[in-house]
Amino acid sequence: MDERVCNVTRPKRPPNTFLDAGADYFFVKLGVLFSGGKDSVFACRRAMETDSVVCLITIVSENPESYMFHTPNVRWAHLIAEAIGVPQLSWHTLGEEEAELSDLRDAIAAAKNRYGIEGIVTGAIESVYQASRVQRICRELDLWCFNPIWQIDQVEYLRLLVSEGFLVIITGVFAYPLDESWVGARIDEERIRKLEALQKKYRINPSGEGGELETFVLDGPIFKKRIEILKAKKTYENYRGRLIIEEARLVDK
Amino acid sequence: MILIVDLCYKPRSLSRYEFVDPIAGIVRRTGSMYEIVHFTELTGDLIEKAGGIILCGTALKDDFFAERINLFSWIEDLNKPILGICAGMQVVAAVFGGGIVPQPKIGLEKIEITRETDLLGPPRGIEGYHLHNYGVTLPPGFDLVAGRPGEVEAFKHSERPIYGIIFHPEVRNRWVVERFVIL
Repeated sequence: MDERVCNVTRPKRPPNTFLDAGADYFFVKLGVLFSGGKDSVFACRRAMETDSVVCLITIVSENPESYMFHTPNVRWAHLIAEAIGVPQLSWHTLGEEEAELSDLRDAIAAAKNRYGIEGIVTGAIESVYQASRVQRICRELDLWCFNPIWQIDQVEYLRLLVSEGFLVIITGVFAYPLDESWVGARIDEERIRKLEALQKKYRINPSGEGGELETFVLDGPIFKKRIEILKAKKTYENYRGRLIIEEARLVDK
Repeated sequence: MILIVDLCYKPRSLSRYEFVDPIAGIVRRTGSMYEIVHFTELTGDLIEKAGGIILCGTALKDDFFAERINLFSWIEDLNKPILGICAGMQVVAAVFGGGIVPQPKIGLEKIEITRETDLLGPPRGIEGYHLHNYGVTLPPGFDLVAGRPGEVEAFKHSERPIYGIIFHPEVRNRWVVERFVIL
C-alpha cells in the first residue's frame, strides 16, 4: 500500500467477517422478503444463483392497503416455499404504516436469530420508499441488503421471466384501462406486448411497480413442484379486480 | 467504448445487478459501446481501449474496495474522463490523497450544485438518492461541485475530466450518466 493510501482517514469499522472469510469464495446466507409475487420469486432465483438462500420471510399484513406488503394470496406463499424447498418464516402485522416497519424489523431480526442470515434480498424495482426502509433496517441489524432487480428495465424484465420459464399469473389489477381479461391471465409475450403499449399510451408501469398489477408465481426453474389452483374467486369492478386463491396444491412437474 | 468497473466485493456478485447493471443499461440506451469488468480483473489493455471509465457503487456494507485502493493507482496519471459513483468517488478521493470519512446517508435528499461543470451543468438544486456509510473529504487539486466541504456531493479534478458523485444517478438522475458518455 503506498503512502497516500496510508493517509486516508480510516474510521473504526465493525468487524467484517465477510472480508475475513476471503471474498472470492464467500457465499452470503440470505433471507428473501417473500410474497409469492413475481418480483420476490425472481429475486430469490437470482440470490440462489450466487449465494445461499436459507429462509423466505413472508409478512402477512391484515391491512388491504398496506404501504409495504403485497397482500392478496400471500397466505399461499408457503406453497411456493415448499415447492422451492426453502423454509418460510411467516410474520403477521396489523399493517399500520410505522408499526408495519417495526414488524418488518422484528421479522428480519427473528430470521437472523433463527436461520443465521447475513443478508436480506428484496424484489424492489423502483420504490425508493421501500428500498430505503429495508436498507435502514439492514444497517441497524448489521446485515447485507441486496436488490437484484433494482432499476431493471420493466419490459425486458417481464420477457426475462418468461424466457427463464416462470409461470406468472396476474392476481390483481388496479388501473385504467386494465379490463377483466387481465385478472387471472398468464404473463406471456402477448400480454407483455399489450403492457408495453399501455406503458406508452397511459404511462402504466408494465411490471406493476406503481401498484397497477399484482401477481402470483405457479412454476419456475427453481420450483421442484408446480402449484395448481383448484378453486379461486374472481372479482372485478371499475378497473379494480382480484383473483383470490381459495384452494391450491403442489403437483409433480 | 465506456469501461464500467464493478467495485463490488467479488466478481459476478449478487450486488452487480443492483450497482453495475443499471449503469450499464443507461450507457447501452445512449447507443454507446461498453464493457463491464470487475476491479480485480482490470487490464491495461481495457483501460487503454476505454474512451471513458465509470467506477460503480457498492452495497452499504461492502467496503472491500477500500481495502484494495492500491489496485486503482492507474487512475492517478490517466487523462480520460472518469466518473466515480459513491464507492467509486471514495476510490478517486483516496487515490488523490483525500479521505474516506464516516457519513451515513440513506434515501432521497436535496443536492445543491454550486459550480458549473460539463457533467452536472449550471448551479441549481436537484434531488438525489443516497446509499452510503462513508463520504469523502476533498482531495488536493479538486474543486467542490456540489454539497459543502463537510458533505461533498460531487467534485471534479481542477484540470482533468475526473468526477466523483456520492449519490446514485441510476435513481432519478440518469442524465448524469448520459452526459458523461458524451464528455
